Amino acid sequence: MARIYDLYSSLVYSVALRVLGEAAAAEDLLQDIFMQLWRAPAAFDARRGSLPAWLAVITRHRAIDSLRKRRPESDVAEIIVASHADLAGETERSRVLQKVRETLGDMPQGQRTALEMAFFEGLTHTEIAAKTGEPLGTIKTRIRAALTTLRQALAT
Amino acid sequence: MTPHEQFADDLALYAMGSLEGDERAALEAHLETCAACRNELDALRADLALVALSAPGAAPRPAARARLLSAVAREPRGGAATIAPAKSRPWRTLVPSLAAAALAIVAFALWRHDQDLRGQLVEANETAALAQEQLDRVNGVLATLADPAAARFTLSAATSKPQPQGRAIYARERHSLIFLASNLPALPPQKAYELWLIPTSGAPIPAGIFKPDAAGGAAVINPPLPSGVEAKTFAITVEPESGSAAPTSQPIMVGTGG
Repeated sequence: MARIYDLYSSLVYSVALRVLGEAAAAEDLLQDIFMQLWRAPAAFDARRGSLPAWLAVITRHRAIDSLRKRRPESDVAEIIVASHADLAGETERSRVLQKVRETLGDMPQGQRTALEMAFFEGLTHTEIAAKTGEPLGTIKTRIRAALTTLRQALAT
Repeated sequence: MTPHEQFADDLALYAMGSLEGDERAALEAHLETCAACRNELDALRADLALVALSAPGAAPRPAARARLLSAVAREPRGGAATIAPAKSRPWRTLVPSLAAAALAIVAFALWRHDQDLRGQLVEANETAALAQEQLDRVNGVLATLADPAAARFTLSAATSKPQPQGRAIYARERHSLIFLASNLPALPPQKAYELWLIPTSGAPIPAGIFKPDAAGGAAVINPPLPSGVEAKTFAITVEPESGSAAPTSQPIMVGTGG
């Protein structure tokens, strides 16, 4: 467990902190996630994706649940992460993530904001539309465009 | 098959858990029957996992590690515990028996994977230790051969007086040459002996410059040589100290080969 922690704690903590924006809350979530992995390692099924991707997704999921003061909505075991490449490899992972960061950075501001509000803040498209004053349809289109851009960048 | 265009926007939102109400219900109903959209959903989730992973790197306080490890130490591991008959553990009693069984199997698989890795590590360490041992032995042999302080004895018929002798051991495949000589006559000033590899065809190839010690002994170990040259024999000439590219004098010793 110490080994897994040393490999992935910073990943989990980074996602938690990105969503929650607060160190203490992020650390509590970090603890929860690793305890969950310890108690029920079977929840992670290696055939369904790489461990880092899975950890990132459940962390984001849990963080948003806690941000929105929701009861944990779904069991982590239900979360399926199909993954692209072998993200467990350090080199491949940093190469792919560098590309993701660059793509997000190069994206039109509106697309990026919409994607981040939905993904990292857990806002629904209705909430994003209300917050930004943009029409609902525009928000939907932007989020989809952002993901399409990302997909194209990853395919190259 | 491509995913349905009319659901494309909603799929992106759904993959993030941002779709609600009727739209969500409609999409879920569609997903039940549409494999193309389900595949697209998986692909979107994979993309989004990367977005999550791209969060700016931050490290938790070291105290968080200690906190987790002590919590882990207080609590037996899930799954593995189900293999042994366990005392009551509240969380386990909540797990339906089927799930518990599945858990045990996967936990066991994980545990075995861990054991495999440990096994491989032990094996790799053993191989490395073995290689080191061989290397030490080889280095020992080479050091003895090259040691100028080592006493060298040449055994020959008791009646004859000591003759200059050289022995070249050449392993063409291994690209390796060891040459040992004894009873070499002392050299004039500014001169050295040069060893030559006489190939089966072509000009002699320089195979090392050397000077004998006071007792007339010398060694040349693995001089730089072109690879794969077949040797007919070896020869020694007296050359200027800096060596020559081709022999400039008659050989004082020539090998007989074999």
